[in-house]
Amino acid sequence: MPSFAAKTGNEAMAEAMRQINPDVVAAYPITPATEIVMIFSQFVADGLVNTEFVPVESEHSAMSACVGASSTGARVMTGTSSQGLALMYEILPIAAALRLPIIMCVVNRALSGPINIHCDHSDTMGGRDFGWIQMFSENAQEAYDNTLQAVKIAEKINLPAMATTDGFIIIHCMEKIEMLDTQDIQSFLGERKAQNSLLDLEKPVSFGGLDLQDYYFEHRKQMADAMDRAGDVILEVGKEFGKKFGREYGYFEEYQMADAEHVIVALGSTCGTTKAVVDDLRSKGEKVGLLKLRVFRPFPAKEIVTALSKAKSIAVLDRSDGLSTQGGQLYTEVCAALFENDKKIPVIDYIYGLGGRDISIDEIKSIYADLKKGNKNKINYLGVRE
Amino acid sequence: MTENKPGMNQDGSRQGWKSLPAGDIMEAGSADKFNTGDWRSDRPVFNAANCIQCLKCWVVCPDASVLVKDGKIVGFDYDHCKGCGICDFECPTKPEKRAITMEPERK
Ligand code: SF4
Ligand code: SF4
Repeated sequence: MPSFAAKTGNEAMAEAMRQINPDVVAAYPITPATEIVMIFSQFVADGLVNTEFVPVESEHSAMSACVGASSTGARVMTGTSSQGLALMYEILPIAAALRLPIIMCVVNRALSGPINIHCDHSDTMGGRDFGWIQMFSENAQEAYDNTLQAVKIAEKINLPAMATTDGFIIIHCMEKIEMLDTQDIQSFLGERKAQNSLLDLEKPVSFGGLDLQDYYFEHRKQMADAMDRAGDVILEVGKEFGKKFGREYGYFEEYQMADAEHVIVALGSTCGTTKAVVDDLRSKGEKVGLLKLRVFRPFPAKEIVTALSKAKSIAVLDRSDGLSTQGGQLYTEVCAALFENDKKIPVIDYIYGLGGRDISIDEIKSIYADLKKGNKNKINYLGVRE
Repeated sequence: MTENKPGMNQDGSRQGWKSLPAGDIMEAGSADKFNTGDWRSDRPVFNAANCIQCLKCWVVCPDASVLVKDGKIVGFDYDHCKGCGICDFECPTKPEKRAITMEPERK
């Protein structure tokens, strides 16, 4: 039976890991994701899981151990944040290229420097082109649900997946979440059925041969194709999850979008605050809406364009800045999607919340006000001191 | 050849992304089916008369390219030998009576 519990985002993800009961977890602590593996290691010590827990000496080693373990056909998980994720960068595309469905709980935290431990999305945005599926969460419940679904999605398409949460905002705040029955989760996930295993003596295989001019391109194209097909898998798993457990998931949530003229597109916890603003403005008769994007990789461009097609103006909220001079990563991708589909809707970007800077209800209201007026700046830094 | 080489079609052309096994994962030991030693610059040459059959070269060769028959060294597998010279370095025979000498591929 499902049950309700008060959990922080970190606890929710650690509990999801306990209920998944992966074969191997290799991890290294880093603020603010430390708790996830700390709590999980307690589950290991208490005998609540059968997991082989590998306490490695760095995140580089953590991801390397995950690659090795996953190559044997095991179900493998880890968790990290910010610099820890950055230290894994070298191995992340290798995991994807070897088509290993490793699942990672990522707590979004600003990349150094300057050094900072609070939330922004620069860490996973830096890893957006490594062939990992990326799913963002608005709250602890979604962090829990996304972690569970990530396992099934990753193993169906043979690509690794990140389920992400906002540092401190979600992971250190306690919320009421619905926890599912462990047996139901197990039957939802089933066993991982790997096509190849490094430990299979009947069918010995080599992983990761040197792949030069004559084959590298074909293997990269296979990865692009898998990422393309991952979209349908994400929808299928989201539907099945909804049918079984009552909470259906898609690429995004459309909040008051049916007749919305002025729309915000955002990721993560800020969507919760934005919903409150939408409710408030709606009660005053304003036609405002929110497109809360859940899946950033693969990027569901077509579906986003359809969802935005009736809007008169759009603001994209980027909790990271690629320093490209062209706006945040979400902004450039939304713009590209709209351009490709010949939608000439004005889109403006708000880079906000870097290094954990709060975004307030009034600031979000000011964005909707800008949209109504028609803000002249394409790229805006919201909440920065001049 | 009846069996396909990994990554190759029957006609000897390379497989495309649609038919290539996913993920740069292939059957183990498939180097056996390819000539992987064609970029060697020096080759080890075996002088049977000087060999004391200690098998040291066979132990140290990183490419399993020292050929052994009935417990005795008989020569080298030049399809796979990379010419690293480790066998020559480790061979204990005297300088004036070498069992292995390294010779340039193109003199
Ligand atoms: S030269 Fe190197 S690869 Fe060739 S047989 Fe000697 S040890 Fe082996
Ligand atoms: S190391 Fe030299 S002497 Fe010993 S078996 Fe090899 S060739 Fe012969």
